[in-house]
Amino acid sequence: MLSRKATCKSHGEDSSYFLGWQEYEKNPYDPVRNPSGIIQLGLAENQLSFDLLESWIARNQEPTGFMKKEGSIFRELALFQDYRGMPVFKKELAEYMAAIRQDKVRFDPNNIVLTAGATSANEALMFCLAEAGEAFLVPTPYYPGFDRDLKWRTGVEIVPIQSSSMNNFRIFPSALEEAYQHAQKLHLKVKGLFITNPSNPLGTTLSIHELDHLINFAIDKNIHIVSDEIYSGTVFDSPRFISIMEAVKKKNLENTAIWSRVHIVSSLSKDFGLPGFRIGMIYSNSKTLIAAATKMSSFGLVSSQSQFLLSRILGDKKFTRNYIMENRNRLKSRRKTLVSGLNKNGIRCLENNAGLFCWIDMRCLLTSYTFAELGLWRRIIFKYGLNMSPGSSFHCPEPGWFRVCFSNMSEETLDLAVRRIKALMDSSAPNAC
Amino acid sequence: MGIEIEHPTVVLSKVAVSKTHGEESPYFAGWKAYDKDPYDEFCNPSGIIQMGLAENQVSIDLLEEYLEKHAEATDNGIRTSEFRENALFQDYHGLQSFRNALAGFMEQIRGGRAKFNPDRIVITAGATAANELLTFILADPGDALLIPTPYYPGSEHRAGPLRQSNDFDITPEALEAAYREAESKNIKVRGMLITNPSNPLGITIKRSTLEDILDFVTRKNIHLVSDEIFSGSAFSSEDFVSVAEIVEARNYEDSERVHIVYSLSKDLGLPGFRVGAIYSYNDKVVTTARRMSSFTLISSQTQHLLALMLSDKSFTGNYIKTNRRRLKKRYQMIVDGLKKVGIKCLKGNAGLFCWVNMSSFLEEPTKEQELALWKLIVHEVKLNISPGSSCHCSEPGWFRVCFANMSEETLEVALRRMHAFMKRRY
Repeated sequence: MLSRKATCKSHGEDSSYFLGWQEYEKNPYDPVRNPSGIIQLGLAENQLSFDLLESWIARNQEPTGFMKKEGSIFRELALFQDYRGMPVFKKELAEYMAAIRQDKVRFDPNNIVLTAGATSANEALMFCLAEAGEAFLVPTPYYPGFDRDLKWRTGVEIVPIQSSSMNNFRIFPSALEEAYQHAQKLHLKVKGLFITNPSNPLGTTLSIHELDHLINFAIDKNIHIVSDEIYSGTVFDSPRFISIMEAVKKKNLENTAIWSRVHIVSSLSKDFGLPGFRIGMIYSNSKTLIAAATKMSSFGLVSSQSQFLLSRILGDKKFTRNYIMENRNRLKSRRKTLVSGLNKNGIRCLENNAGLFCWIDMRCLLTSYTFAELGLWRRIIFKYGLNMSPGSSFHCPEPGWFRVCFSNMSEETLDLAVRRIKALMDSSAPNAC
Repeated sequence: MGIEIEHPTVVLSKVAVSKTHGEESPYFAGWKAYDKDPYDEFCNPSGIIQMGLAENQVSIDLLEEYLEKHAEATDNGIRTSEFRENALFQDYHGLQSFRNALAGFMEQIRGGRAKFNPDRIVITAGATAANELLTFILADPGDALLIPTPYYPGSEHRAGPLRQSNDFDITPEALEAAYREAESKNIKVRGMLITNPSNPLGITIKRSTLEDILDFVTRKNIHLVSDEIFSGSAFSSEDFVSVAEIVEARNYEDSERVHIVYSLSKDLGLPGFRVGAIYSYNDKVVTTARRMSSFTLISSQTQHLLALMLSDKSFTGNYIKTNRRRLKKRYQMIVDGLKKVGIKCLKGNAGLFCWVNMSSFLEEPTKEQELALWKLIVHEVKLNISPGSSCHCSEPGWFRVCFANMSEETLEVALRRMHAFMKRRY
């Protein structure tokens, strides 16, 4: 009765990533009402800087109430459904994006397509760049949502680019070539590379060398590069963030074909902690792509009400500059809390300078428990009340790594989580880690 | 690596370069002409008046009044410390309070003649997205949906090959004929899409016709999508019969094939806020649609505002009543005005437009003549109306003329221009 898309499992919700959330929903930790409940460490949300936004809104009641100096703009907003997006909002967004990238790149507002979140942007790009049955190469480990966002309705395939903990999961030319050859063996035409920078789940930014490798590879194979940069505003430590655009510019390739084959995805969900407002975007230098993606965005436009509010917030440059800085400091400090807690208990974390999470090494526990990773994951949820996301759900080639989020809870809750991890480590074989 | 030779354009997918977005039809060409020379009462009184945009601006003052009295609807939850909860809320189930309010609003529009369970509502960023989602869920590529003509040009980019039904009246014979034609071409029909009230006809579908349609889709074991986005724009509540009423009267028998699309873009005049919904009687469709709605959720900020507004029953009751009255008055004004110069309209009872018959003014009853007349009206009379051919109408000479997206004064200007034109030409 229903379509093949409706009846298949490509929605990806059977992944342990989402199953962990479900377990959390059944028994969620609450300091007062359910102190023995499961602590959610699997949700990459930024809740650290709401107070800054709240006080801005309290000081600027007008934009939220549709009033400007000239009177109510409610009518104008209510009717505004132009898929090219609100010009003033796109202008502010372009300037904000440049600011996060230390103004090393300039963004043209006309090259921005607004979409209902990065989820929508990623899918739209796949529809525009590939046919069903074609493939994109994606470095592992990668965000589980891509299995749905890039593949489900588009019919596009993901071919993983392997990585190893031995070199901190960095991307090497040999791995790129291997993935490409693998795709050929599977008779899949490769249309592009899909990278996430800063990385989810690693929380690291790509080095200029890695970016170089990727660009050279894309030129050589005549394919696209999609760079999902939604965590670009969460870079809290050195090395500084280098956007794919900056890397291409640095190589003096602005007037060459590759310039039109590099596309950025971003959103305000991670930097500003506003996932509910559904504000995402595609940025590209290809006018052809912009034209196609703009039309496609009809299926997922951004509410004019939200475009207006954000154009006012981002337009307050002083506030935004201060927000970016303060947010980074808080993220850095949170990470430190988590990492020192983990280190004290013998758990190593991948060194990371960005993101809302840490990538932690629990391989030692695999040995001591002789459990496969999912067995360990289940034990951690049910016995120790912690939902951390297992590496296998991110298609990590090595078992034993977990992603632990640190910005979606209070400091007290994070401390409790660390105490529970201590309990977990204490009960494992001595010197296991 | 050396500098490469510049390539003319980057290669995109077939979907990206195809024309199925439909934007090259006359429907959009008229808009382009309007964009270049838009009417403005003071700045450009001789510009083109936009009568091709089915927007509802006649009752926006009621919304403005509500907002003035209810600051809590637009303060983003600051006063009640709900801001962060709202900002984080991206659950694809949608805010419970919003779904409750929307279900209640849909019931109110139908005069309480149908009940809506908030848990069967799937939120989407506009009806455009709702219709697209349903097409993904109910059909595979290459399959077809039956759509009665004439229909809204925007449907092009979603549906498969389309078949005509008897213009203006959907008869069982026409349904069977369309189905047989698809079969003969080896095209699998997965469902039928109706818009009720109809765009562009501006009429509600009769109860008996809805019964026939439901019988037909049941017999053929296919789906029925009823796009009811103009339900609140029926000039009188009793005139509109929703497929929901029929489903309930049949005790939900065979209802797993019925799905309703709704949005607040027309009834409430809020297209910018992107508020759409799917209501399905089929659990699997609800679950799948919900997952797919990840690609097209409604801003939680907007859900919050509308949850408050729509749960205010005295506000919504008054709005619905007043809006119907004002639309009817506009409709009457334009129909009477056209009648004075010998132009007849289809007897309409809903919507933001009327279906105007200018076939007797065509030199020949052909599509080309219709387009020629249309070009004349756009460029000489300076009214952007929509030619019937862009709505796939099989009879040449019909035009859709919108009346709710402008002030009464502008409508009068438009009618005066038509009078002058008709006097000159005929």
